[in-house]
Amino acid sequence: MASMIPEIAIEETQGDIPQLTGDPQSRRRPRLRYWRGVVLFLAGVYFLIPLYAGLRFSFQNDAGQFSFYAVEAIPSQTGFTAAFFLSLRLAAVTTVLTMVLMVPTATYVHLKLPKMRRVLDFVTILPIVIPPIVLILGILDAAPRWLKASPYLLSLVYVILALPFVYRSLDSGLTAIDLKTLVEASRSLGGRWISTLWHVILPNLRAAMLSATVLTIALVLGEFTMASLDLWTTLPVWIYQFSQLDAHIATAVSMLSLIGTWVLLTVIVSVDRSQSRRTRRRTGIL
Amino acid sequence: MAPFTIYTILGLGIPTLAVIELAFRTEHGQLTFGNMSAVSQGTYRLGFENSILLATITSVIPGILGLFLAYAIQTSRSGLLRRLVATASGVLANFGGINLTFIFIATLGSTGVLTAWLNYIRLNPWHYGFNLYSFFGVVIVYMYFQIPLMVLVITPALGGLRPSWREAAENLGASSLSYWRTVGVPVLLPSVLGGMLLLFGSGFAAYATADTLTAGTVTLAPIQIGEVLNGNVISGEEHIGYAIGFGMLIVLSITMIFYGLVRRRASKWLR
Repeated sequence: MASMIPEIAIEETQGDIPQLTGDPQSRRRPRLRYWRGVVLFLAGVYFLIPLYAGLRFSFQNDAGQFSFYAVEAIPSQTGFTAAFFLSLRLAAVTTVLTMVLMVPTATYVHLKLPKMRRVLDFVTILPIVIPPIVLILGILDAAPRWLKASPYLLSLVYVILALPFVYRSLDSGLTAIDLKTLVEASRSLGGRWISTLWHVILPNLRAAMLSATVLTIALVLGEFTMASLDLWTTLPVWIYQFSQLDAHIATAVSMLSLIGTWVLLTVIVSVDRSQSRRTRRRTGIL
Repeated sequence: MAPFTIYTILGLGIPTLAVIELAFRTEHGQLTFGNMSAVSQGTYRLGFENSILLATITSVIPGILGLFLAYAIQTSRSGLLRRLVATASGVLANFGGINLTFIFIATLGSTGVLTAWLNYIRLNPWHYGFNLYSFFGVVIVYMYFQIPLMVLVITPALGGLRPSWREAAENLGASSLSYWRTVGVPVLLPSVLGGMLLLFGSGFAAYATADTLTAGTVTLAPIQIGEVLNGNVISGEEHIGYAIGFGMLIVLSITMIFYGLVRRRASKWLR
C-alpha cells in the first residue's frame, strides 16, 4: 500500500503538458504562486478590461443606457448582409484551399522529407513579418486582370496569411500521432495513398484541422488592410465604413465576431482533449 | 511539396519581386534610382525611423511580458486556464485593425471605461498629457496582439525545458537562481530572441491598427504606403509606395536572417 502513495502523488502533479515546477521543496512554492498570481492578474487587467469596455459599449444606446438595440439592429443595417456573406464565402473558400494545400504537404513532409521541416517552418513563418500592405501592392500589380476582378483573389492571398497558424497547428497534430505506423499499416492492408490520407490520416488530424479552420476563419473575418485596398466590402471594411454612422452597432459586430471565434475554438480544443486524453498534445495552437 | 512550392512562389515570391522591380521604375517604366533616394530622406526617412522604433518597443516589452505570461500559464495546474489562454492567444494574435481600435477607444478614449475609472480616482491620463491617438497610444494598442503572439511562439520552447534538467541541477545542489542562470536562460535565450524578432517583424509590418487608430496621422512607413495607395500623393511620386515597400522588405530580410540564426541555435537543445 505504502508504495502506491507516491504514484498517486505523481499522477496528481502531471498535467497533459509537462510540469516545469515539479519542485519537491515545498518552501519555494508560495513565492512562485505569488509571482504567478501577479503576472496573471496584470495580464487579466490588460486583456479583459478592453473586452469589457467593448462589450459595454455594444450594449449601450447613444444616451449611455443599457440596451440591446445595437445587437438587435445588426442584421437590418444596409450592406451588413452582403458584407457578412461575402466574408463567409471568402472564409469558406480560404479554408478549403488551405486544407487541400497544407494537409497533404505537411503529411508528406513528415513522412518522406523530415529534413524539409526546418525549411517549411521558416517559409510558413514569413507571412507574419511580410507587411500585408506591401504584399497587396505586389499582388495588385502582378495578378492577371480577370483575377483582380474577382473577390476570390483575396481568398488566394488569405491562404498565404493563414500559413503560419495552419501549418503549426497541423505540424503539432502530426507530431502527436504515430504517423509512420499508421501509414504502414494502412499500406500493408492494401490501402492506396488517397484512401490512406482520407480514412487514416484525416480522422487523426481532425482536431488540428478544426483549430486551424477556426483560426483561418478568424483571420478572414478580421482582415482589413488587403480587403480595403482591393476595394471589396468585407465585414471589417463594412464595420469601418459603418462606424461613421453608428459606432455602437459597428463595435457590437466586432465584439460578436471576436467572442464567437474564441468560444468556438475553446469548445473545439476542450472536446478534442476529452476525446483523446492519451495522446499528449505537445504545444498549443502555434 | 510541389503544389506548396508553386503556391508560395506565386503568392509570396512574385508579388515581392514585383514590388522590388517597380521600386526602380518611373511611372513610365524607365529605370531610376529616384524613388529610392527620395525614400531615404525627409519625411519618408522619418517614417522608417518611427516604424523601427515602434517595432523595437513593441517587440522587447511584449516579448518579456509574453514570456512571463506563457511561463505562468505553463506552470499552472488549471487545465481550463491553459486552454482558455492558448485559444485566446490564437484569436488575439490575429485580432487587429478596426476591431482592436474600437475596443481601445471604448477603453482608453477620452470617454472610455478605464479613463472614467481613473478619472474617478483623479488619475485621468488625458489630464497628464496622454493621447490614445498618438505614437504612444499605438504602442499600448499593439501590445494587445503582440503579447499573445509571443505566448504562442514561446510556449513550445517552454515545453521543451525538461523537468529532469531541473531535478538534475537540484540534485547537484544548485539553487533556483543558479539553475536559471546556467541552464534555463541559456537554453531559452535563442527561442526568446527568435520570438522577439518575429514580434519586431509583426510590429513593423502592421498597418490597419495604426491607421484606423490615428487616422493616418502617425508617421510610419506602412501608413505612408497606404497614403500613396489611396492617392494622397503628388503626381510623379506614385512609385514611392513601391520604394517604401522595398525598404521595408530590406529591414525584414535582415530581421529574418537573424531569426534564422537564432532558430538554428535554439534547435540545439529544444526538440
